[in-house]
Amino acid sequence: MFSRFTPAMRMGTSIAIAVGVYGISFGALSVTAGLNVWQTCALSALMFTGGSQFAFIGVIGSGGTGAAAWAAATLLGVRNGVYGMQLKSLIRPPAKRIPLMAQLTIDESTATATAQDHHDERVRGFWTAGVGVYVMWNGFTLIGALAGNALGDPAMWGLDGAAVAAFLGLLWPRLHAKDPIALAVVAALATIITLPLVPPGIPVLIAAAVTAGWWAWRRRGAEAVAE
Amino acid sequence: MTLWIWVLGACVAAYAIKLAGYLLPQSLLDRPVFGELAGALTVGLLTSLTVMNTVGKGQGIALDSRLLALAAGAIALRLRAPYIVVVIAGALASAIGRRAGLP
Repeated sequence: MFSRFTPAMRMGTSIAIAVGVYGISFGALSVTAGLNVWQTCALSALMFTGGSQFAFIGVIGSGGTGAAAWAAATLLGVRNGVYGMQLKSLIRPPAKRIPLMAQLTIDESTATATAQDHHDERVRGFWTAGVGVYVMWNGFTLIGALAGNALGDPAMWGLDGAAVAAFLGLLWPRLHAKDPIALAVVAALATIITLPLVPPGIPVLIAAAVTAGWWAWRRRGAEAVAE
Repeated sequence: MTLWIWVLGACVAAYAIKLAGYLLPQSLLDRPVFGELAGALTVGLLTSLTVMNTVGKGQGIALDSRLLALAAGAIALRLRAPYIVVVIAGALASAIGRRAGLP
């Protein structure tokens, strides 16, 4: 059956399997951060954007408020809006598909669609990756949440270390040039400096503000040079 | 109970942003500024979350086995390991550190 898949569908399926499995780490980390199994599953089913979900539980797990978790998750979700814009101009979907397409608009489905050269393949790539990741991600979130509950002391199992590696793994592919690395250094410094000074969760928002400010300053500098 | 409100509120916001991408007028979409700012914000937030989860402890800083997890994760990523392997490497490193008596 796999051999009758088009290249876009094969790519989407591979990504869905690879990515979906790490829903298990989200599920386990979420319950150890203090959410219950239902809240954990609600995030995967309704929010369905891994980075924001990890941000939400990361803030809660470090003692931050629900409001700070909301803000961090929402800011991290802004890139999905940009993906929506790209997919709309790339695929030109019929209006009745847009509500469902929007929910499946994430890093993986966008990457699979934009990697194709032809319209029909882009559409197949988007839906295969989007639906595939959705099914896998939600199934493995539930398994992880139940396993996390059964584990007991999360630190002895290294689950706090798993969270560190999980965030680093999301960040790593974005550090491919000098500019993002400079941004990362600025954000890291802002976080370390403010961690002892403000309530838990807030350093992430300060780092976001400092990053945006740094980006705007760099951009103005680049425009001045161009003139 | 209040946590539920923030969970659902964050889900609504996430969907609203996704939908807005499709519904905003084309004239706005043609500006590359949005993409650049979203990219910069993503790097800044993910870096901050990585740092906070590595050294943050309540309102303060603690250096412990999570630093081993950061190093193990970086090595795994350097070796182009799949994501799940990176996460497991981080868990193993901090678990080994703890069982060896490190904080």
